[in-house]
Amino acid sequence: MAAAEQTHQDRPLIEVKDVTKFFGPVVALTGVSMTVNAREVHCLLGDNGAGKSTLIKTLSGVYQPSEGEIRVEGAPARFTNPRDALDAGVATVFQDLAMIPLLSITRNFFMGREPAKRKGPFAFIDMKHADAVTREEMKKIGIDIRDPQQAVGTLSGGERQCVAIARAVYFGAKVLILDEPTSALGVAQTSMVLKYVRQVRARGLGVIFITHNVRHAYAVGDRFTILNRGKTMGTFAKSEISLDALQTMMAGDKELQDLAELEGTI
Amino acid sequence: MADVPAAEKTAQSEQILQKTRDERMKRQTRGRKFLQHPEFGALAGVILVFIFFGVTAGDSGMFAPDGVLNWSTVSAQLILIACAAALLMIGGEFDLSVGSMIGFAGMMIAIPMVYFGWSALASTLFAFAGALAVGFLNGWIVVRTRLPSFIVTLASLYILRGLTIALSIVFSNRTIVSGVKEAAGDSIIPALFSGIAFRPLFVWFAEIGVFDKLADGTPAVQGVPAVILWALGLAFIAHVILTRTRVGNWIFAAGGDANAARNVGVPVTRVKIALFMFTAFCATVYATNQIFEFGSAASDRGLLKEFEAIIAAVIGGCLLTGGYGSIVGACFGALIFGVVQMGILFTGVPNDWFRVFLGAMLLTAVLFNNMIRRRVTGER
Ligand SMILES: Nc1ncnc2c1ncn2[C@@H]1O[C@H](COP(=O)(O)OP(=O)(O)OP(=O)(O)O)[C@@H](O)[C@H]1O
Ligand SMILES: [Mg+2]
Repeated sequence: MAAAEQTHQDRPLIEVKDVTKFFGPVVALTGVSMTVNAREVHCLLGDNGAGKSTLIKTLSGVYQPSEGEIRVEGAPARFTNPRDALDAGVATVFQDLAMIPLLSITRNFFMGREPAKRKGPFAFIDMKHADAVTREEMKKIGIDIRDPQQAVGTLSGGERQCVAIARAVYFGAKVLILDEPTSALGVAQTSMVLKYVRQVRARGLGVIFITHNVRHAYAVGDRFTILNRGKTMGTFAKSEISLDALQTMMAGDKELQDLAELEGTI
Repeated sequence: MADVPAAEKTAQSEQILQKTRDERMKRQTRGRKFLQHPEFGALAGVILVFIFFGVTAGDSGMFAPDGVLNWSTVSAQLILIACAAALLMIGGEFDLSVGSMIGFAGMMIAIPMVYFGWSALASTLFAFAGALAVGFLNGWIVVRTRLPSFIVTLASLYILRGLTIALSIVFSNRTIVSGVKEAAGDSIIPALFSGIAFRPLFVWFAEIGVFDKLADGTPAVQGVPAVILWALGLAFIAHVILTRTRVGNWIFAAGGDANAARNVGVPVTRVKIALFMFTAFCATVYATNQIFEFGSAASDRGLLKEFEAIIAAVIGGCLLTGGYGSIVGACFGALIFGVVQMGILFTGVPNDWFRVFLGAMLLTAVLFNNMIRRRVTGER
């Protein structure tokens, strides 16, 4: 058992090997490779249209890679839909949030995996249990909800992100993919989400964290992969690269010159 | 400020966060929560309508036993299709072909029975199978093409109505097929769909003087029409499915945000197709009740019923954009509809005013629902 766990730890949770994705004539990804280990926050950085969302959508079963391979814990994985990926332990919080604002927190939390309670030939949602679990799980991350039946729309953006993440963690995700979880958030809300990402890592999950904001990435990231026009520009450990260097890499040389002319700081 | 230690700073911001969060939660008072139930507006409407007609038509016999029977039967018929429309609307789709489906299903029962000599059971089963197939097709086209269901079912509206008229002329050379009751013989089907339940109970009621007796000694109200039982039964099932089962959660999800729902593994395609099939099923129950009630099928049956169903659902608090609403609300909506339609007859007001009222009611309901929605989603 111990030995098995050992090899488990050594093996990357996810390996992406030379993945290419075409949309008709559009080449969104060309030969992208990266690995994600347990207990690591792997940041995926890149400009608009670099292919970040496309890459994670191929990881989460929304798209299938045109070429290349994805391995989950060493075994080749071919997800035909998000459900397959979820079952393999790859959970994604999409940029366009997978939350339904008009529905209650509980109903959102258990969406697609509602706990059933049998009564004769009928199966009903065990709402009491679901409410209790939701309240409990939200409490763990420091959000005290009085009424789990209140609509998700009444939560703040940061709280909503946290519900989405808590849901993935609760349902046994091994890898958590977050597509720009902080892009729409203010300072306090961002720190709340970043804090929670660290907490998730401490629980032994691997996290892929996608962002434009190098600062946010540097605050939680262990490794950084930079994507540019569908290609990887390399992966760097935090010890190998400074915040400034990362900034420069991400912006690309030409753009940075333009920025220097504008005397802007980002 | 600058010399505050970092740890203390985070603790402070943590406290502030906590405070603001709690304040937000406190706004959720009990009264407000009640207001947020989708059926609240419709319940208020029902009460208002009853008060109004209680005052203006109190002595017209509207609230005598046969008067009650009158408007509750009309309401029940509408409940049948309003519940289906509500589920479908919550699931994010419309079905404009409900009215045509009623006419088509009626013909699917009447023509085989009257012209091919099929039994009532066989032709009724045939009609249900046919309707479910049409419902499936509607749903399948909508989810496959991702076209708005409004357009797809508008096409079905015309195709089904056209087929109903054309086929009835082909087979019977007329647009009304009568003789259904005779063709049914002593089959149980007519009783099942248009019979009257609890007769002995009502005779007894008349004996002890709850109701008046007619001249021939039969009670003024003979029992509960089957359509009322069907409506309540289907409404109950739909309500339980929507609020208590996984499928119900998926219906809300499919209508709230189909993509988000798919991303967490909800079988949106299956849910939507099933909802279209359920709608066709309910339309067929309606049709079966009608043809055995009248003893005939007519190719113009169910005209404009799709709008009445949608109006009842909207008055009942369903959002046109999907993802929100209730069956109880849709039933209230149908009740308002039935009470006003019949109440206007009882008060002797020209029937044209019914439409004016209906339009005004619809507009009020939509405005109200919009407000509720904004409140539920935190005015965002
Ligand atoms: N479904 C699609 N069909 C055609 N082209 C697509 C599709 N999805 C993405 N693309 C293209 O692929 C490229 C990468 O897009 P992607 O959404 O992955 O970028 P991104 O890095 O997530 O950008 P952002 O930071 O703006 O979210 C873009 O040029 C985009 O136009
Ligand atoms: Mg993106």
